[in-house]
Amino acid sequence: MFIRTLLAVTCALIFAGTGFAQEPAGKGPAPSPQAAAATATAGAQAPVALAAPAAGAVAAKAATQAPMATKVKPNRAITITMFLAIIGVTLCVVIWAAKNTNSAADFYTAGGGITGMQNGWAIAGDYMSAASFLGMSGLISLYGIDGFMYAVGPMFSFIAILLVVAEPCRNAGKYTLGDILSFRAAAKPVRAVAAVSTVTVSLFYLIAQMVGAGKLMQVLLDIPYRVSVVGVGVLMVAYVVFGGMKATTWVQIIKASLLMSGTVVLALLVMLKSGMNPIAFFTDIVSSSHIQDHVRMAVLKDALPKPGFDYGQRFMEPGLFLKSPLDQISLGIAWALGAAGLPHILMRFFTVPNAKAARKSIVVALFINSTFFFLINLIGFGAALYLTPQLISSVDKGGNMATLLLAQMLGGGAGTLGGDMFLAFICAVAFATILAVVSGLVLAASAAIAHDVYVNIVMDGKADQQTQVKVARITSLFVGVAAIIMGLMAEKENVVALVALAFAVAASGNFPAIILSLFWRRFNTAGVISALLVGTISTLALVLISPVMTYPQKIANDAKKIVVTLEQKIASGGMLAEKDMKALEKAKVEFAKNDGQTSMVGLKEAIFPLKNPGIVSVPLGFIAAIMGTLMFRNKRAEDMFDEVEVRQITGLGIAKATDH
Amino acid sequence: MSTKTYNWSEIAQNPKYLELKRRKRAFLFGWWLVSTVFYFLLPVVAGYFPELFKIKIIGPVNFGYLFILSQFVVAFFVAIYYTKVANNDFDKRTEALILEIQ
Repeated sequence: MFIRTLLAVTCALIFAGTGFAQEPAGKGPAPSPQAAAATATAGAQAPVALAAPAAGAVAAKAATQAPMATKVKPNRAITITMFLAIIGVTLCVVIWAAKNTNSAADFYTAGGGITGMQNGWAIAGDYMSAASFLGMSGLISLYGIDGFMYAVGPMFSFIAILLVVAEPCRNAGKYTLGDILSFRAAAKPVRAVAAVSTVTVSLFYLIAQMVGAGKLMQVLLDIPYRVSVVGVGVLMVAYVVFGGMKATTWVQIIKASLLMSGTVVLALLVMLKSGMNPIAFFTDIVSSSHIQDHVRMAVLKDALPKPGFDYGQRFMEPGLFLKSPLDQISLGIAWALGAAGLPHILMRFFTVPNAKAARKSIVVALFINSTFFFLINLIGFGAALYLTPQLISSVDKGGNMATLLLAQMLGGGAGTLGGDMFLAFICAVAFATILAVVSGLVLAASAAIAHDVYVNIVMDGKADQQTQVKVARITSLFVGVAAIIMGLMAEKENVVALVALAFAVAASGNFPAIILSLFWRRFNTAGVISALLVGTISTLALVLISPVMTYPQKIANDAKKIVVTLEQKIASGGMLAEKDMKALEKAKVEFAKNDGQTSMVGLKEAIFPLKNPGIVSVPLGFIAAIMGTLMFRNKRAEDMFDEVEVRQITGLGIAKATDH
Repeated sequence: MSTKTYNWSEIAQNPKYLELKRRKRAFLFGWWLVSTVFYFLLPVVAGYFPELFKIKIIGPVNFGYLFILSQFVVAFFVAIYYTKVANNDFDKRTEALILEIQ
């Protein structure tokens, strides 16, 4: 009965979504700084650079291979067939899961009936998001080794989870972050704050995924951004509302295996193309004139080459994307600690029967993901070499289409059956990836609202199973709709930066709260709340005044620099090449457009110098936790620590899914 | 909820429990610290000693690239080693403790 109502609502939503999508596109938010910088330089120079005479045999080879396309054009019929196949299979899973979802434990944790191996694939799937599959290889293809350094963080974050978080949380928790944190603290306020934090982190992450989804489908199926966001959103809502954790987990497992197969094949083709010789592969990369031009003009912004500087080798050296050392450390902190505080990952520990299975699932996930990120590095560098950064950034400023373009090319090129098939397969995999990841996020956010806020705060924990499942389903619906709307509004944001922000919030708020709850006797209600509030708010505040925001004045100043440099050259009697003339024109336009404008919070330039706030916000979170705890000592919390500790170490009294 | 209730503070004084707790803490936090230090060497070296990163080892493949790869190796090692210790030591001690209490 209830399910039928929901089905009707879903249908109405699809209908409403289509209508909404047909509205004329409004003024989107300002593009991210990376994207803006790329627009200012690479966009203008790309076609010119491609046409420039290539020096060196290797570069000449790359030049002839670089197509001039500015769009990925998959074969619609093949792509749609593959998309439908994935939707069909996953919906079958959802129907099966819906039949077996009767209790709150079924809905949130699949009744604790997932094995360690299955959960490992599902956790790995949560990490292998579209942002990493598309965004990370894109970063590598545009910024070289810095993009690869980006991949180490998520891989390494498993160590903290494996050693200090997964097993204790499995032993001491039930469904959500709020369950762990409220164990010996005043339940209601802690649950409320934990729910706010969970929803914030999950929505950040969700928006990134939705934007990725929208852009991807827009390019692949040639449908408007709005329609694609709404389409993905509706499917995601259907998975979660009807299938709960069981469906979400199995969709994640299916996607993870598809994604790994696609990645392995793609990386293998890159290696085959380079003659299975990694040294020759990297030698080709550093001697590619396209990569050299890209590093010189688009990244380092040397309008004229510095004599004797090896711009190709520079691609293999750090500092092109993460320019400030402190920023790299800050980002490292966010990854190393943040993953352990991500609610949708945390929730996965509860889907397995015990701590041993939780341990196994993390180890499995670590192996899968390390392999994945290693392969992504080959794909990213392969894309830079075989497609050229100019082409990649001309299709998408943030480089997000690199993997797809590479698949098309390695499959045989645009228009060939092989190219079309392989591109369609990779597109379908990316699509499945997005669906699976967003579902997990919606589930985590709605668990926080339904389980923590509604059942435990509003209803004092007195709700029968039927009501709990019903509330969870309604909440999922609302969270899903909210995610769709926010996805529509955040079209121009850089997806990788948004994911990094989610990690920073999780590292600064959730992580201190979790770790101190499990290991510090004195930790209490005041500590939990101050950690979550200070961690979350300081992260968000720092981001708002950080260089991640768009500062039109800075764009204007950069453009002015180019104008001045080039005009000086003219003034001193030098002749400008055609590409420099175009760069000059472009820079003048950029300057006129952005001069005198301010950022979202009214700033001319960033106050906080780092893109990633972790290095400041994580210590702030910990300091707040400790100060809050010491200011409001609580004897009950301290007395109960023995119980928490014995539980988390031994697993005695572990919450069994069937107990509730 | 579980039907059995435990005397948590009594268990917390059990010598077997104290030994398990000591071993677990030393191992987990010790290895966490070691691996975290190694992990942060990467951004520190890349940021403050980029010259080290730029040293070419094999052709254009420099120290930095190999250092990044070494991070994967270390993560693998820690995961495998921990699994071994947990399966052979921690789990057995936990079982023995639970057997004694129940």
